[in-house]
Amino acid sequence: MSSSPLSTPLVHWHKSHGGRMVDFAGWRMPVQYSSIVDEHLAARQAAGLFDVSHMGRLAIEGSGSCAWLESLLTRRVADIEVGRARYTLVTSDAGPSSLTILDDALVTRETDAPDGTPRLAMVVNASNRDRVVAWLVSQLPPEGVTLHDRTFQTAMIAVQGPLAVDIVCGLCNSDDATRIRSLGNYRATRATVAGHDAAVSRTGYTGEDGLELVIAADAAVAVWEAIHAAGSPRGLRPCGLGARDTLRLEAGMPLYGHELVADSDPFAIGLGLAVNLDAASGTPRLFPGREKLARMKADPAATIRVGLAFDSKRAAREGSAVVVAGTTVGTVTSGSLAPVLGHAVAMALVARHLAGAGTAVDVLVRDAVQPARVVPLPFYRRLTPRS
Amino acid sequence: MAADLKFAKTHEWIRPEADGRATVGISAYAVEALTDLVFMQLPAVGKKVKAGESIGEIESVKAVSDMYAPVSGEIVEVNAALPNQLETLGKDPYGAGWIVRIKPDDPAELANLLDRPAYEALVKS
Repeated sequence: MSSSPLSTPLVHWHKSHGGRMVDFAGWRMPVQYSSIVDEHLAARQAAGLFDVSHMGRLAIEGSGSCAWLESLLTRRVADIEVGRARYTLVTSDAGPSSLTILDDALVTRETDAPDGTPRLAMVVNASNRDRVVAWLVSQLPPEGVTLHDRTFQTAMIAVQGPLAVDIVCGLCNSDDATRIRSLGNYRATRATVAGHDAAVSRTGYTGEDGLELVIAADAAVAVWEAIHAAGSPRGLRPCGLGARDTLRLEAGMPLYGHELVADSDPFAIGLGLAVNLDAASGTPRLFPGREKLARMKADPAATIRVGLAFDSKRAAREGSAVVVAGTTVGTVTSGSLAPVLGHAVAMALVARHLAGAGTAVDVLVRDAVQPARVVPLPFYRRLTPRS
Repeated sequence: MAADLKFAKTHEWIRPEADGRATVGISAYAVEALTDLVFMQLPAVGKKVKAGESIGEIESVKAVSDMYAPVSGEIVEVNAALPNQLETLGKDPYGAGWIVRIKPDDPAELANLLDRPAYEALVKS
């Protein structure tokens, strides 16, 4: 990580619109523009506009790119159809029985190059970009695959909320708008948004319907301002990292460094779906950490990820102890007020036999004991499925 | 706004009252910086504190902050209604948003604090 913070192409916009800038994962980012609660509610009720350009964006191309990623990622890559995205873990190993989870990532199979060469895009966490890139580069074959870190040539904007798709489609011609509206979840396409070429995917990190756009860095301000201008009269608000965190927490989504860490058991934290031990044919796949992951699946972990609901607004924070009858049975991994619910929630790793919904626990929030109960995740689920 | 307020660098204000006690709150700047207040923990009446010691916590969606005693003394009253109406802190931080009353051990300690112009210069820097 560099010593002076990195800036996204939108840094001046953020500063001139009241963004409170903080250092996050080596980047200067807005934590909020107004109130985290107001920004959160805008994303739930209308739309939120997020600069997520700090996320790492990698381009992987070449005749061998699918087979290479297939050999490295916990999800199958060989059978991703063009225009589909998959959530995966990035793992490394120091030996046949070890496992290090380097990151979680989204891999998208983009439209092939005109000569038929496969192209994939990978989005990784800002905090892990350096080590993921270093690991992937160290694993590159002599030929057939190229990897480019496109983080600084591009920008990434998330538009999330019930009006998000409509707002973005209003900035596209009718063909592109029709194609974007028909995108299923975890589907991607290319479109011209506000006059600029964009990779558009129906993905996000808020629990709402929405889109993520990757555009050239020098188009970022124009596209952002067009979305902001079109959406503001309908309730869209720019949202900082504060609302991004409360939205993902309310939606029960894990965050690397909190719920998911280097030695996590994915099956214990609800990420079993991110691990394909076997190929579609049923034969075992080969990827770093596969042996350890197979054992984790066969031998369920003692602690699992749960949701905790509090009566009060006072939030447990990462590291707070979860206690039953005076014995510590778990640890909070994330906690906050849940703005839509109006009370505090937390995610925690808790002993499996106490992880059933309704179990009453105490959480040590600094010097106070806060009662809570185990509830199913997510805490919040949007009511209306997208049309 | 009363000119007799003094401020701590940690954003508490204190106002001496005619009965020898002093009223303590947090500045409008601090309330604005915290935003999204969700919880406040007040100290117990009768608690003796030294200047700079915690007299409670204030929590926003994003973070928990301690509130500090601007002077040494005894907590003689708390604004018990405030934790249930934290919006008062935004509306009237120097009046109805008061937090505790302290009986200072040594009223001369107030002279160690910042006057309003000095505090405003601090938060603008």
